[in-house]
Amino acid sequence: MSKPKGFEKPAGVRDYLPHVVTKLRHIERNVLDCMSEWGYRQIITPTMEYYDTVGVASSTSDRKLYKMLNNRGTTMVLRSDMTTPIARVMGSVLKEESLPVRLSYHANVFRSIEEKAGRETEFFQTGAELVGNDSAEGDAEVIALAIASLQAAGVETFKISLGHVGFLTGLLEEVLPDQTIEQEALKETLLNRDFVGFREQLAHFQLSSEQRQELEGLLRLRGAQDICRQATALSSNPRAIASIQHLCKVWEVLEAYGVSEHVMIDLTMIGDFSYYTGMVFEGYAAELGFPVCSGGRYDNLLTQFGRPVAATGFALKTNRILDGVNLLLPQEEAPVLIAYDVNSRREAFAHATELRRQGKIVITEHIEATHRLEPSADTHPLTVKYSQTIRFTDGQIISI
Amino acid sequence: MTQILKVAMPKGRIYKKAAELFRKAGIEVPLDVDDSRKLIVHLPEVGMEFILAKPVDVPIYVEHGVADIGIVGKDVLIEENRAVYELLDLGIARCRMSVIGLPDWKPGIQQRVATKYPNVASQYFREQGQQVEVIKLNGSIELAPMIGLADRIVDMVETGETLRENGLVEMETLFGITSRLIANRVSYRMKNEEIQQLCDQLQRVIPEPT
Repeated sequence: MSKPKGFEKPAGVRDYLPHVVTKLRHIERNVLDCMSEWGYRQIITPTMEYYDTVGVASSTSDRKLYKMLNNRGTTMVLRSDMTTPIARVMGSVLKEESLPVRLSYHANVFRSIEEKAGRETEFFQTGAELVGNDSAEGDAEVIALAIASLQAAGVETFKISLGHVGFLTGLLEEVLPDQTIEQEALKETLLNRDFVGFREQLAHFQLSSEQRQELEGLLRLRGAQDICRQATALSSNPRAIASIQHLCKVWEVLEAYGVSEHVMIDLTMIGDFSYYTGMVFEGYAAELGFPVCSGGRYDNLLTQFGRPVAATGFALKTNRILDGVNLLLPQEEAPVLIAYDVNSRREAFAHATELRRQGKIVITEHIEATHRLEPSADTHPLTVKYSQTIRFTDGQIISI
Repeated sequence: MTQILKVAMPKGRIYKKAAELFRKAGIEVPLDVDDSRKLIVHLPEVGMEFILAKPVDVPIYVEHGVADIGIVGKDVLIEENRAVYELLDLGIARCRMSVIGLPDWKPGIQQRVATKYPNVASQYFREQGQQVEVIKLNGSIELAPMIGLADRIVDMVETGETLRENGLVEMETLFGITSRLIANRVSYRMKNEEIQQLCDQLQRVIPEPT
């Protein structure tokens, strides 16, 4: 590549100008406050981690990890999510901490992207992790918190799709016993959202038409709690049944939270099988083309950091909410301008301090009395509109 | 209340076949849109809005959610590799992706392959254990081996007529191609009823492979 020109920045990163930062901070503060009301305390971890620890353990595929070398030639990664660093912390710094632990975060994360795909390399995630709780109650708490967080972020209309990786695994074990390659191939198609490929592969296997219909029927298993009943009838595999019973329990708890109207059980919703071990969920908002949150249970991750405990959590895709959701932000107060001449510095600054103590935003400018003050006609993003102009000349307020 | 479905439709060859399929399924859409210069066609009577796009762009519109669903060839889907749901094989615009060359082709040391599908070609030869240099062209790919730009090409073959006329032969088939119905990740869930209904309607009239 040719040398970058002065105005250029790397693909997939962005600048946040003040009015956008205001909105971002508003979302961040509201969501973190919400999480803190649920007893989740905020954690900050390093932006950079070792490739061989956090990089390898993360659910991000290797080609999407943002890798670099440090000055000793060790491969580093910019964190691709916060879940893995938190797992590292739980297995090291917080090794002796009694469970459960509830943590929240708001952080920038990095993914290496294909050029010109219209995706972001650096973006914010706001999320929560519940470590050391392996129950349906824990799963439901995390989903209910995700719902409360979306509402706190200002997302009004949304749906949560809830699935379970164990159901499909169990169903496939039953229908294609000992055929692991075939099972993996079918899972892969669903993971890639390739329903056509799924049906094509089914057609190639030696299955009774009943079994085939059962598996094809999977693609239609979505809805409210009645889906659990339908799904239970589909399989006699203990793992599949246990998964469905677990989802039913999660649903009951969500009903008690009073949020089940937002949730839809969808058994085609499956996460990365090498990472998620139980329920998985994703949130969708009507006005956005990409999911606004995702999460699930990942009971094996912490084992990689020497502390085999269950964990579940989620992350909001904060940038998508930032770009796609119209928020009614509290109106920012316009600043007061204090213009002073060289003889009025003390008086002007003292007045500014007083006004600031009263909660006003004050900008002071050295403007000589001979200079006329004109309201700016400029409409650039950073143009300031003053609520009031106060002029100090020779130590006196001469006009307000 | 049913919501309007935004459909990214490929301009050109596939459009007409897709429109015929829609009509067979009882969805009255215009058979011809090429003569107008419109890019967006409102079809309130069938609850749809067509966004007329270049075929290779269809998955991009759908991935970003500016279109809820789209119709696109499997060739484009594999080449573009976008995060979209592939819901239905529509069984139309049937053809295949093939490796093509001159009849007297022999493997050389420096092999060059010209194609409109660089990702498909690179991946295929890699899986075959062959090191090749892929050259991306945008049209008339058949020219490449004839005038010595590349020794083989990877391209879509429908009848093989163009190949024969130009003295080329099909050497290997990579995969079969038909048009697919794809959906955005969010629309598939937020407008599930509408999309599922369309799938069911289309599924009943999809032509069997011949």
